[in-house]
Amino acid sequence: MAGVGESVSTQMGMHTEPLTGRDIKTKFTLENEGSFGYDFARDVDFNRRAEIDCADLEPTAINSKIRELMDSGHGSIVVRNPGAKHSLVVGILNRMNIIVDGSLGYFGCGLLDGPTVRISGRVGWSFGENMMAGVCVVEKNAGSTFGAALRGGDLVCKGSVGSRTGIDQKGGTILVGGDTGAFSGFMMQRGRMVVCGNAGKNLGDSMYDGTIFIGGEIQDLGVDAVPAELTDLDRAWLIRKLGMYELLPEQGVDHFTKIVAGKQLWSYDNLEPTEKKLVL
Amino acid sequence: MAGTGYKGSRIDDVDHFLKGGGLDSEREQTIGQHIGYRYDVNLLPDYERLTPFLKDYLEFMGWDDLNWLEDVHMGYDDGQAAVFDRNINGWVAIPEDMDLPDNQQDRDMIAREMLIKFQMSPDHPLVDLYKAYRKF
Repeated sequence: MAGVGESVSTQMGMHTEPLTGRDIKTKFTLENEGSFGYDFARDVDFNRRAEIDCADLEPTAINSKIRELMDSGHGSIVVRNPGAKHSLVVGILNRMNIIVDGSLGYFGCGLLDGPTVRISGRVGWSFGENMMAGVCVVEKNAGSTFGAALRGGDLVCKGSVGSRTGIDQKGGTILVGGDTGAFSGFMMQRGRMVVCGNAGKNLGDSMYDGTIFIGGEIQDLGVDAVPAELTDLDRAWLIRKLGMYELLPEQGVDHFTKIVAGKQLWSYDNLEPTEKKLVL
Repeated sequence: MAGTGYKGSRIDDVDHFLKGGGLDSEREQTIGQHIGYRYDVNLLPDYERLTPFLKDYLEFMGWDDLNWLEDVHMGYDDGQAAVFDRNINGWVAIPEDMDLPDNQQDRDMIAREMLIKFQMSPDHPLVDLYKAYRKF
């Protein structure tokens, strides 16, 4: 590999700092093998089940109650009467099964890392924001910015979603059984979005990377979003993923349109080294 | 590996980033450093290549597929195979004495397995961060 000292920019005195060698360099060792969960994760049993009646509780109390049940080893929790309250079921860094019997308001299921959550009703804005890992399934419709800044895991809405779905998505998979609104995939950086229905205006606008699959009509594409060829690996993955959530269309997946970044907007050349890492 | 891509270009040599450091574009050659991802972020996993460890992990978590690990690939930093750990915002180097498979799909499975082992270790930096900054 050519070193920094050999570059033209260094010879011209224009170099500021190297892009490589600045990261935390850690070696894997066989001695540091852990278990399947984080070292600080609660030890829960999926077969231990509890219920929370949210009718007379504030969101903070409901979230605290979920943590208390996790601390006592409950691996399955049913949340009754959520009443579309905001910011419920957030910040859980554990494997868990959570069933929400009803609808959630804004910012539901944000900052999750591990749990499987099923919501029988609808959800409001920014559902699943910044989720790191896990599964969230919404049986009905969702509001705007569904899966904003999603980083990992599967976020599923069996109905339709609002605008700006997956805005700033940095990983993970968003699955929509119905339609999605305007500016879906806006500034997407990586990950996958699958919409079985139609997509609104400016799909994938300014996307840097990642992949969008649309089963219906696309109103129009945003800046630098371009069609790509559907590969056999894409088809196999779509059939598997949609089948997992009972969203696989009867006609299969051959009709899906694949959208990727044209990469004309790539400006990594101009990024500072610290900024460059943020898109990984 | 055939079928993967980088900045719109097809990558046919699985060791592309190990051999050349990834200095492909004119700009990269000018500044003498690699720019952007060091792997194909859009490469979907081949589930026929799951390792036994990964199967056990998925069963433990209660998931039907790789979930967040679909976004984990073996990358290449500074001419060395490595995995990017989002929890420390840095690369974790693969031991140099480890034999790498001849295709990216199998390399990605190894990367996923090693990243889990590292992240779940009591020695992981996130353990100390969690103690210092946890809010609930």
